[in-house]
Amino acid sequence: MTTSPHVHDLGMPGTPIDANIQQAIADSVATQGEKQTALKARDMKTDQEVRWCPGCGDYVILNAVQSFLPSLGIAREDMVIVSGIGCSSRFPYYMNTYGMHSIHGRAPAIATGLAASRPDLSVWVVTGDGDALSIGGNHLIHALRRNVNMTILLFNNRIYGLTKGQYSPTSEVGKVTKSTPMGSLDHPFNPVSLAIGADATFVGRAMDSDRKGLTEVLRQAAEHEGTALVEIYQNCNIFNDGAFDLLKDPSTGPMWTIPLVHGQPLVFGPDGASCVVRDDFGGLRIAETNQVDASEIVVHDATREDPSYAFALSRLSSQDLRYTPMGVFRAVRKPTYDRMMADQLEEARTGSTGDLGALLAGNDTWTVSA
Amino acid sequence: MTALEPSTTPGSSAPGGLVKSVVELDRVVIRLAGDSGDGMQLTGNRFTSETASFGNDLSTLPNFPAEIRAPTGTLPGVSSFQLHFADHDIMTPGDAPDVLVAMNPAALKANLADLPGGGLVIADSDEFTPRNLAKVGYATNPLEDGSLDGWQVVAVPLTGMTLEALKDTGLGKKEAERSKNMFTLGLLSWMYHRPTEGTVRFLERQFRRKPEIAAANIAAFRAGYNYGETTEAFAVSYEIKPAPMAPGRYRNISGNQALALGLVAAGQRAGLPVFLGAYPITPASDILHELSRHKSFGVRTFQAEDEIAGIGSALGASFGGALGVTTTSGPGVSLKSEALGLAVMTELPLVVVDVQRGGPSTGLPTKTEQSDLLQAMFGRNGEAPLPVIAPRSPGDCFDAALEAARIALKYRTPVMLLSDGYLANGAEPWAVPAVEDLPDLTVDFATEPNGAAADGTPEFLPYLRDPQTLARPWAVPGTAGMQHRIGGLEKADKSGNISYDPANHDLMTRLRQAKVDGIAADIPPTDVDDPDGDARVAVIGWGSTYGPIGAACRRIRRSGRKVAQIHLRHVNPMPADLGEVLGRYDRVVCPEMNLGQLALLLRARYLVDVQSHTQVRGLPFRAAELAAVVQDVIDSTTPTASTGGTQ
Repeated sequence: MTTSPHVHDLGMPGTPIDANIQQAIADSVATQGEKQTALKARDMKTDQEVRWCPGCGDYVILNAVQSFLPSLGIAREDMVIVSGIGCSSRFPYYMNTYGMHSIHGRAPAIATGLAASRPDLSVWVVTGDGDALSIGGNHLIHALRRNVNMTILLFNNRIYGLTKGQYSPTSEVGKVTKSTPMGSLDHPFNPVSLAIGADATFVGRAMDSDRKGLTEVLRQAAEHEGTALVEIYQNCNIFNDGAFDLLKDPSTGPMWTIPLVHGQPLVFGPDGASCVVRDDFGGLRIAETNQVDASEIVVHDATREDPSYAFALSRLSSQDLRYTPMGVFRAVRKPTYDRMMADQLEEARTGSTGDLGALLAGNDTWTVSA
Repeated sequence: MTALEPSTTPGSSAPGGLVKSVVELDRVVIRLAGDSGDGMQLTGNRFTSETASFGNDLSTLPNFPAEIRAPTGTLPGVSSFQLHFADHDIMTPGDAPDVLVAMNPAALKANLADLPGGGLVIADSDEFTPRNLAKVGYATNPLEDGSLDGWQVVAVPLTGMTLEALKDTGLGKKEAERSKNMFTLGLLSWMYHRPTEGTVRFLERQFRRKPEIAAANIAAFRAGYNYGETTEAFAVSYEIKPAPMAPGRYRNISGNQALALGLVAAGQRAGLPVFLGAYPITPASDILHELSRHKSFGVRTFQAEDEIAGIGSALGASFGGALGVTTTSGPGVSLKSEALGLAVMTELPLVVVDVQRGGPSTGLPTKTEQSDLLQAMFGRNGEAPLPVIAPRSPGDCFDAALEAARIALKYRTPVMLLSDGYLANGAEPWAVPAVEDLPDLTVDFATEPNGAAADGTPEFLPYLRDPQTLARPWAVPGTAGMQHRIGGLEKADKSGNISYDPANHDLMTRLRQAKVDGIAADIPPTDVDDPDGDARVAVIGWGSTYGPIGAACRRIRRSGRKVAQIHLRHVNPMPADLGEVLGRYDRVVCPEMNLGQLALLLRARYLVDVQSHTQVRGLPFRAAELAAVVQDVIDSTTPTASTGGTQ
């Protein structure tokens, strides 16, 4: 097999027992030629008709991902996309990689088993706000704390689309939907806050329509070793149209969007009129740039080990999306679960004969002679 | 009961001029009972190991509360361990004990009703204090008030003698007292001529980091042994000769241990890494513990955040080319049901182990039951058939695990392996198999296209089935040119693309069923034990009732009656000849530790008027009770024209 010059660890798992998997891969290369890593966006498409509603934000994300993935230099055969249930979870069918469209909320768990046993693969999870934060909330937070090497794309449209328009765990309070004619009562999750609260090592946010920004966050997420969560604001033009217009509209977007650039001061708004400074309680607040000293303006540092800063950043935005940071909130290095698991196997193997007969016999046997 | 006619032989002369006699018995059932903190399970396991290495056949029944430490000295806190050992092959842990060791009044009170009149009670008299007696409602001390006159009672100050034996060790009273279980084990080891070296070695190993504790336990163990040899309280010791067993190397093994080793062996024989995704649950957790120790065999164990992640991760690993396994008990299966459906739909190999316990809901976590059979068969939405396999004894859990893996890998299907609490914690001697005799489970991954697109370019069809097995090809990620997508939506035949076509759904539903049904051609014919071949009544069982049913059949045959025992290892699909086999008998009795689940299946499948006999007491059947039930059926069966007619 080819080794591809990219960031993912594509060294085959070293256990002798995995030899059969390695052999199958070698056999396939022998009959079908080397895996290709010089790919174009069209190589990522399948022959399946894409069946999202016309105008859905998912199309934009699909195109962005198909255009971006080849740049990673990973063969299609070495990528796996696992999804749950919901509109976004149809994603794998449209990607010419390995894929599994699984069951509601469980994609992070399934991907964990795959990534932990096959560190050679580039594993992606595509999920939505209902899938990841409602029915699958438990799997999401545990995947994040474990830091298995995979990238989770959370399409957040703040509504249940596939079930035709009920409020979701990210819908703003008071949302009037089919199931909440008098307005929803529950307080929404902020997915970025949730992920940082779970000690995720990589958390980013991007907008479906912002190809450049989305691609940049995806790139950093893909290059991150460990679990990366990318919240993608995605417009559902049928059941929640215009949900992100405040940020998308050129007349209001710059005012309410805080671009996160590592190493750069957090200044935003028309003419850089607004900025982020520390408040008196260890958090952050918005200030007018001309009212504060330049030294007070926070310089973005995504690599801070302590998640408090990234969490404070995530709390700047309100339910109605004013002051929404976009970009990479947090990117820290920690050992990955799959690597540590492989190391334990390796350690167990040294000094062990791996003799099955001896294992079956155990320490205490007796013999009955004929 | 012990041997009917014990033969007394002149015994050895013990120190102090005491002449002790040795009585030879053919079998004994001992029950050790104490507080959950008294170490009864450990004591029982040690006695079992000594007995196994001596060469008796044996069977054990641990019985403990779900609470880790119920209040000391109370009835809910009583933990017991029953061991049946014999000079011949036996099938159950025994209906009732011959000997009851009671470490406190609660243990006596909780277990006395099971001890037949005349049985031996060994009680720790030091624990029969007014306070402890009051805790369980004894107004007077049963060791002194004559209420135990119907039994032989030996009251021994086990605690005091343990403290005395350890007085020079420097251990505090509380710590020294904890060795009383080893003193008791020593006494029993003397009584039944058990070898002692294994226990000494075990204690040294167990407490290698606390040599003073090891020394104290060994001292208490030896003191108990010596006490037996010198005391006048026990005038007789017992000898139970080794049981004749097939030549070979043996070890003692519990069901959970055997099951775990079977999974390791399956991975090795398949040449695949084993991936276990599991969430701790009684009584299955020991499989997770055991497998987590075998990383050197490429076994990855993942303690998941919940039952669903347990099966999900295992299925993800299977997609990647591992032998995916998830282990649980009934409540966990409930949670896994949706993912099981996904495994049925994606047609990936997966072994799901359900160590059944009393239900419904949380039920009786530490007690045994067979009530998940219909859940295993039908507990999913849609038509979602999967093979079901059940081991019949602790040692058989090894073979059953291999068989489950074989079917899962060969047919690309989830397989349900139904163990239970009794098998999981029970132990028996096990003939260690030779690795080369284990089945070869090698699988062939798909590595090249198996079809062609309309324009003639080769393409991979993930649902193009093997015509023989109907299994679909298994192409793992990383394999060049074989990218494909699977999932829970209905798949088009061959291509695996999403399909809502009515005819396709009908076809695929039937194909999935046919694949599972077809396994019947790949399993042995029905296991029938009908020594003379002319029994008119058959008893059919599955899983752990094998032992009690077998023991009951032996009793029935000893009474001069004829009976056949039919046992199912493969519960789904059932052996191809089962209908014909059942048709041979006038009456079929089906004892189950549920309310008649297999009976329901047999009646539906074969239109046989199965007589269901059920019990859900959290304990295995008693052989004598079963024998009585079946004997009544035999005695009430009138000859039929086909067997009794002369025309």
